[in-house]
Amino acid sequence: MSARDSILAAVLRNQPALSPLPDLSPFRGEDRDLIARYAEIFAGIGGQVFRVRDLTEINALARSRFDADRRFVTTLPELGEPFETLSATVDPHSFNDVELAVIEAELAVAENGAVWLPEHRMGQRIVPYICQHLGVVVRAEVIVPTLHEAYARIGAGQYGFGAFIGGPSKTADIEQALVLGAHGPITMTVFILEPTTVPTEPA
Amino acid sequence: MGNETKDHAALAEAFIRDEERVDWHDGALWWIRQKRDIASRQIPEWEALREAASRIKSHVLSNLHDYLLEFEANATRNGIRVHWAADAAEHNAIVYSILKEKGIRQMVKSKSMLTEECHLNEYLIERGVDVINSDLGEYIQQLDNEPPSHIVLPCIHKRKEEIGEIFHEHLGTEKGVSDPTTLTRFARRHLRDVFITRRAALTGVNFAVAETGEYIVCTNEGNADMGAHLSEVQIASMGIEKIVPKKAHMGIFLRLLARSATGQPITIYSSHFKKPREGQEMHLILVDMGRSRQLGRPEFRDSLKCIKCGACMNTCPVYRKSGGLSYHNTISGPIGAILAPNLDMKKHADLPFASTLCGSCSNVCPVKINIHDQLYQWRQVIVKEGYAAHTKVLGMKAMAWTFSSPGSFSTLGKAGRWVLNNIPVAVNNRFNPWFRQRDMPEGPKESFSEWYARNHRPGGAVDPAPKASSDLQSIQPE
Repeated sequence: MSARDSILAAVLRNQPALSPLPDLSPFRGEDRDLIARYAEIFAGIGGQVFRVRDLTEINALARSRFDADRRFVTTLPELGEPFETLSATVDPHSFNDVELAVIEAELAVAENGAVWLPEHRMGQRIVPYICQHLGVVVRAEVIVPTLHEAYARIGAGQYGFGAFIGGPSKTADIEQALVLGAHGPITMTVFILEPTTVPTEPA
Repeated sequence: MGNETKDHAALAEAFIRDEERVDWHDGALWWIRQKRDIASRQIPEWEALREAASRIKSHVLSNLHDYLLEFEANATRNGIRVHWAADAAEHNAIVYSILKEKGIRQMVKSKSMLTEECHLNEYLIERGVDVINSDLGEYIQQLDNEPPSHIVLPCIHKRKEEIGEIFHEHLGTEKGVSDPTTLTRFARRHLRDVFITRRAALTGVNFAVAETGEYIVCTNEGNADMGAHLSEVQIASMGIEKIVPKKAHMGIFLRLLARSATGQPITIYSSHFKKPREGQEMHLILVDMGRSRQLGRPEFRDSLKCIKCGACMNTCPVYRKSGGLSYHNTISGPIGAILAPNLDMKKHADLPFASTLCGSCSNVCPVKINIHDQLYQWRQVIVKEGYAAHTKVLGMKAMAWTFSSPGSFSTLGKAGRWVLNNIPVAVNNRFNPWFRQRDMPEGPKESFSEWYARNHRPGGAVDPAPKASSDLQSIQPE
């Protein structure tokens, strides 16, 4: 008998009588102050939050806060110079010199500060991990209260890979001392995009 | 290996010799326990989440056969190559054959307690395959040739000066450097080169969704992803109990996992792997290794619900004061002590006794495993099967004889009190195991029976002694 068959047979023989699944419908978050709650939690886990009106503001913030002489990449061509639009087909190793990557989240979770990034939002799977600094654009309307609402929106999902990312890479393995930037990004910045109803003056 | 392993008590004795270190270790873990408390109290429905998680896991265990088939079918449809391994030998052989076929001799591995249990690294190194653990704590433990002492914090027992010394010896950092940020930055640069050059990456698995055939890996460092997304061959090793029925169930487990583990609202990275990258091979190995046997032990079955958060270790007074390596098992602490006897009852017969049965582990467990009950039940099984230590068996027999005979109980009690008060040197010596690391107490002047006989008036009434009543008042609420 193959390992597969013998394992399955042993499991079938030893598993107890069927017990029911619990009802998950009571698990629901509160749909209020989502932006403020998200921002507070995300700052608490070592992230930076900016509330912006458009991509121009993000571009200016990126230039002023990071070393623009190094490589900036993005999945959002509208971000403009000095960002280079990510290629989905090049060798992932070629991103090893990326200083800043700015990508857009599909969802963000107020309760834990994490953003949901399916593969196509990353450009390539490696991008949000290999860059020295990660920036994520979160449209205000995609913030949900808890993971329950997030998974309900994700549904089956068409992604081959997707991840919740909630802050800069971190470790506390040496004497419980928190160090940001273990292997992945040393900082993570979220730009909450809130276009106001009053249009801003044209430049 | 194969030689007589020292038992928990003997190994703990070595650990507690350095009192300052024990106090520090105790405090470091208790601090994490407190962070867990703060995080859990921010969720009003915390207890409902624990209950739901426990029930989902019960349901999975009761239908595991079908869920494994569903997961296998969906994962295969997603392009993942699914393998099955009954034990460590089969698991290791599968990993090796995947690497061999590709001519790969170097692999990077993220945290996986399962592969630690399988001794995969040793197996591959013997066959000329180099393996590097990429989780910082596991990397440090690998450099120091030690297993992890904690499932979430692998080198929690080490001081930063010791880690600085290890880095100096193996990686050539300057002698005397022990600043955690400096050391972490050094490891970051070193391991970055490793990630960039490895063609194969192995990860553990935290959860696997039957409904969609994807698996979820949770890390804080991002090391699993750095390895996986740069590799041409990605391998995931998982125990068969890691299945959850639907992706919606992940909402429950991810709300509990990191809060229970470290007090974080979620691990930094919760990666959902569904399909290989274009041009990449993705393998997944389903490993039994005693799990189907544990499934068939009704009193111990629930240990398979474990989501490996480590909360039971952080809260355990015995773990905190004896260190994870004293458990001589990959998974230490209370949960390790109920999982290990299933793997090898004789070798791990001491572990269920390494507990005060205080129950704190069960109270913090996010999936409500009755850990302390199972520790107690393993003791029954181990004694019955004849694996208990001789001294323990003799002691229990002596105690049973004493307690079952009121005459001998009273006489021995009197003799004991007399010895404690009159010739303390007779018990304050190295032949008395209770005297090690502690002073014997002063003997009370009389036993409860003597006190009762003295105070009991014929007619049934007991005169409360004046002192006793004032004691009572002192504990009344203000």
